[in-house]
Amino acid sequence: MKKLLSIVLAVLVTASLFAGCGQQQQQQSQQQQQQQEQPKKIETSVKIGLATDEGGKGDKSFNDAAIAGLDKIASEYTVEPVILESKQNDQYEPNLKNLASANDLVFAVGFKMQDALTKVAKAYPDKKFAIIDSVVELPNVESICFKEEEGSFLMGVIAAKTSQTGKIGFVGGSDMPLIQKFEAGFIAGVKSVNPEAAKDLENRKNVKYANSFSDINKGYELAKSLYNSGCDVIYHAAGGVGLGVFNAAKEMKKWAIGVDSDQALTVPDAKDVILCSMLKRVDVGTYSASKDTIENKFQGGKTLILGLKEDGVGVSPTVNPAVQQSTLDLANKYKEAIVNGTIVVPSTLDDVKKFQPVEIK
Amino acid sequence: MDFVVEMKGITKVFPGVRANENVNFQLKKGEIHVLLGENGAGKTTLMNILYGLYQPDEGEIFVKGKKINIKSPSDAIANGIGMVHQHFMLVQNFTVAENIVLGKEPKKSINLDMNKAVEDTKKIADAYGFKIDPNSVIEDITVGQQQKVEILKALYRGAEILILDEPTAVLTPQEIEELGVILKNLVKEGKSIILITHKLKEVMGMSDRVTIIRRGKVINTVNTKETNIEQLAEMMVGRKVNLVVEKKPANPKEVIFKVEKLEALDHRGLLALKGIDLQVRAGEILGIAGVDGNGQTELLEVITGLRKAKSGKVIINNKDVTGKSPKEIIESGISNIPEDRHKRGLVLKYSLAENSILGMHSKKPFANGIMMNYAKIKEFARKLIDEFDVRTPNEDVAASSLSGGNQQKMVVAREIAKDPDLIIAAQPTRGLDVGAIEYIHKRLVAERDKGRGVLLVSLELDEVMALSDRIAVIYDGEIVGVLDAKDATENDLGILMAGGTLESQSKGGVQ
Amino acid sequence: MKNKKIIKSVASSLLFPLISIIVAMFVAVIFVMWAKHISFFKGVQVMFKAIWNGSFGRKDSFIETLVYVIPLLFTGLANAVAFKTGLFNIGVEGEFMISITVGAIVGIIPGIPPVIHVILVLIAGTLAGVLWAGIVGYLKAKVGSNEVVNSIMMNYIALYFSNYLIMGPFNKKGLAQTADIQPSAMLWRFLGDDYRVNIGLYIGLLMVVLIYIFFWKTTWGYEIRAVGINQYAAEYGGINIKKNIILAMAISGGIAGLGGAVYVSGIQHHAIQMVSFTGYGFDGIAVALLAKNNPIGIIFSALLFGALNTSSISLQMANIPKQIVFLIQAIILIFVAADYVYKWIAEKRKKGALLNE
Repeated sequence: MKKLLSIVLAVLVTASLFAGCGQQQQQQSQQQQQQQEQPKKIETSVKIGLATDEGGKGDKSFNDAAIAGLDKIASEYTVEPVILESKQNDQYEPNLKNLASANDLVFAVGFKMQDALTKVAKAYPDKKFAIIDSVVELPNVESICFKEEEGSFLMGVIAAKTSQTGKIGFVGGSDMPLIQKFEAGFIAGVKSVNPEAAKDLENRKNVKYANSFSDINKGYELAKSLYNSGCDVIYHAAGGVGLGVFNAAKEMKKWAIGVDSDQALTVPDAKDVILCSMLKRVDVGTYSASKDTIENKFQGGKTLILGLKEDGVGVSPTVNPAVQQSTLDLANKYKEAIVNGTIVVPSTLDDVKKFQPVEIK
Repeated sequence: MDFVVEMKGITKVFPGVRANENVNFQLKKGEIHVLLGENGAGKTTLMNILYGLYQPDEGEIFVKGKKINIKSPSDAIANGIGMVHQHFMLVQNFTVAENIVLGKEPKKSINLDMNKAVEDTKKIADAYGFKIDPNSVIEDITVGQQQKVEILKALYRGAEILILDEPTAVLTPQEIEELGVILKNLVKEGKSIILITHKLKEVMGMSDRVTIIRRGKVINTVNTKETNIEQLAEMMVGRKVNLVVEKKPANPKEVIFKVEKLEALDHRGLLALKGIDLQVRAGEILGIAGVDGNGQTELLEVITGLRKAKSGKVIINNKDVTGKSPKEIIESGISNIPEDRHKRGLVLKYSLAENSILGMHSKKPFANGIMMNYAKIKEFARKLIDEFDVRTPNEDVAASSLSGGNQQKMVVAREIAKDPDLIIAAQPTRGLDVGAIEYIHKRLVAERDKGRGVLLVSLELDEVMALSDRIAVIYDGEIVGVLDAKDATENDLGILMAGGTLESQSKGGVQ
Repeated sequence: MKNKKIIKSVASSLLFPLISIIVAMFVAVIFVMWAKHISFFKGVQVMFKAIWNGSFGRKDSFIETLVYVIPLLFTGLANAVAFKTGLFNIGVEGEFMISITVGAIVGIIPGIPPVIHVILVLIAGTLAGVLWAGIVGYLKAKVGSNEVVNSIMMNYIALYFSNYLIMGPFNKKGLAQTADIQPSAMLWRFLGDDYRVNIGLYIGLLMVVLIYIFFWKTTWGYEIRAVGINQYAAEYGGINIKKNIILAMAISGGIAGLGGAVYVSGIQHHAIQMVSFTGYGFDGIAVALLAKNNPIGIIFSALLFGALNTSSISLQMANIPKQIVFLIQAIILIFVAADYVYKWIAEKRKKGALLNE
């Protein structure tokens, strides 16, 4: 008993010490806040909440990009977004429910939340919702999708131009339509520049799926086997698995292409092996949906499809010096062709087979 | 009269047990004082209090007339009290000298001064007449010598008062004699000694005074010269004790149990049983005598189904049960009082009620289908507790809270209650006190007289000779002779047990 | 006299878990202070308010707490059964997962009458769990290979095999999940469709009672406990050790499997691709340990862990990292483990004293 008492006492003493520090820090942070609040924010009463998938905060990719859009909103308007992370896929529903009960606009980040969001949006018909990467056809839901194939097409162009061996690989998270959009666009891009290199992608010899978005080891193993078979550039669309791809690239001194966010910045360890990244501006999506809501222009029931034209996808600002300026120029020309409709990028594997490459010099 | 130790009104309560109740104990300077009592009487608890391992709930302790508070063994040592436990606490791969100085090493600056340690050990050993080599390693010396090291360790720490807990339990007859001489020497040097024991023979041979404790209370303190074994036994147990096994001549009937050409491997894969042949008849006790490790354990394990036989047969009631499961063997009429009651005999955390049906637990009336009938089980346990005089508050306490004797009574009760044709009794009285030994012996004989066969395996020759009607001697996995108990002498058995042969041996009693 | 004793022994066995919970909360408060830069008393206020509101304080959150209690009841019991037999079934996680998948697959089948369909789902899940754990038990009993290692491997097999089935043959096009199970395969949500709580809760409580009876009123329970405490005595008493190891693992797996099936047919209604382990099996270890493997105690420790899990939402809404919940759970576990170690040492000492008597 004595021992326990002493432990409790010790905890109390430490606690009171912390209490002192806490107050000090609080004062400091208040001062900082006052300084930061100099640029005046626009008043609004709109409350915004966001539920991440299991990747959670700090995934340096998809979820963080979504949160970045809200951060931007928070710097312009008087909103304090609430972020809920899901520990398990069975928490989607309670998380969304809780957010809906306290906020005006709720984001569901990730196609896996489609079912849960449908249920919750029906239960809260007077609240607004937005889902990323999936379509929920309800009057109070805005669906935000991306033309990943268009961004991936440009990655294909850059990969094919930079590759020395003429062998290019692709690592996906799970073999399903959403990720196949990345694959399809990428193959089409490669095919446009180097039809020979696209053959092994089309027959899926150089395409690997990890069946996971978090298993770094799996990514490492898959990438290594691709590099060993002669590939010198790999494009990944596999979330956390991509970190394993980068590790393999560093070890084998080969190239990799990132996805979703500017990964040379978010994964600085690997910036030397990252040629560039396919930006998927989830932040643009969350930002514009938030802004629309605040300005009473929320587009319930609609599906926003963000492509190259809308700057929803694109080449990351950070590009490795190994990518020649001529390559980037070429990519830009392709971009123009896609934006003005000369090229229609295929979004399914079937369409890739039908896709006739257009050569641009 | 000046006492070196005086304990007044000591009370110590453990959950469910009053281990000591208002105990008064006095130790005179220069005497050997025996603390006598059955297992579980509270002797060791009292001495653990004196040595600071337990704190008394009530009572005072005086050492050399001064009231002291002993909170830990180091307090006890500081007050000149040393204790040698039943289980030695020596570092096996250290030398004698290293063990003796451990914790109080002579130092040369910061280094251990090994030469001085050896010197000190020699000096102290010589002073009290110990013959021991300071440089030999503990694991190489005999148990008797290890005990000497423990005593020296206490003396090296300046013990004036020495407590020895069951010192003779691990010694051979010769070593016991030697210990007696050592203790006399110590007393001559002015030390005072407390011996904890339950062996009456040694009390008479070694001590000056005896304090008898029964169920936590002091019964009496007497001068050894003015008492005798019978009186001590009576005080210890609380009633008249019969020290010899009384039994009528056996009335053996047909052979109920046979072992034929049994071979089996031990746990190392070596042949431990090399063709054993045995027969037990209804209404007789067959004792198996032998030195430990000659195949007794393997034999019993094969018979009870815990070990596979390599070849040969085990037959009970004309039914071959070789290689059958323990359950089938129990059900064929063999019950077994195992040699290690803690390991095999009892599930210590189970209540007595639950233990009382182990092996019968899926039989009616204790179970109906898979549902157990606890009312019936408790009733049965109470009956056994009553009939076999198991000392326990009730049938719901865990078996672990009972003393060894009472645990063993519970095992014996259960095994007899299985109504077997053959009872195997392996070391049935090991570690028990007089009262329990007497009781268990009586029960085994009674079961014999009821017409059951008894197969007794014991390492104690006295026990085998006292109980058996016939004695089989096992040596190196073989039965080297079967004698009629009437004709068997300690000498003859000793020769057989050591692997020798008897001239002109009439193998009496084989058939 | 007897009553007093019982109260005393119950109190002493509750003391350690309670103290561990209190200390865990205190440490958590320190981290809250640190994370939010607030004073101690403010931290206490903020955290307990968030935990209370997020777990019991509001109708919604209390119901959600019960939703989390459901799987924990099953996984806690499953672990307790194994522990009682002296086995460490780390594979409850895998058994739970494979049963979610199997339950979902059986649940998708159309055209089966309502009650029968639910029962089929539950039976299929249970059997999947029995199979998964039975393999481990069989290997342990017949070959002697370690159940911990084998059950960990079975966990991974369950994870990858489930994901294969969910993403492969039973995938709902365009989603990382199976189709929803038929309404006929769903457990009744007795508070209406808005709340996920369902009669699985009562199935869980029924299992608690059944396991209690099983442990202490049946010959099987008698044998299993005997094997867990003292294999040698059990063996000598005619109890078949191998049979009991397999039996205990199968029962443990069956309960976990039933839990997985209840989870899919009552809470989730489909199987989603699993990014990693669900965690319910592992939490079940903690639930069983905190309850000291007592089935009745599991109700309370499941309630505690369920409440902590649910309150992670309100903690995040109050801008407190959800990891605080893991922290509290971990500290409770450390204390419980320390208690076990302490008891073990005390037992050893006591044994020494006993032998000396």
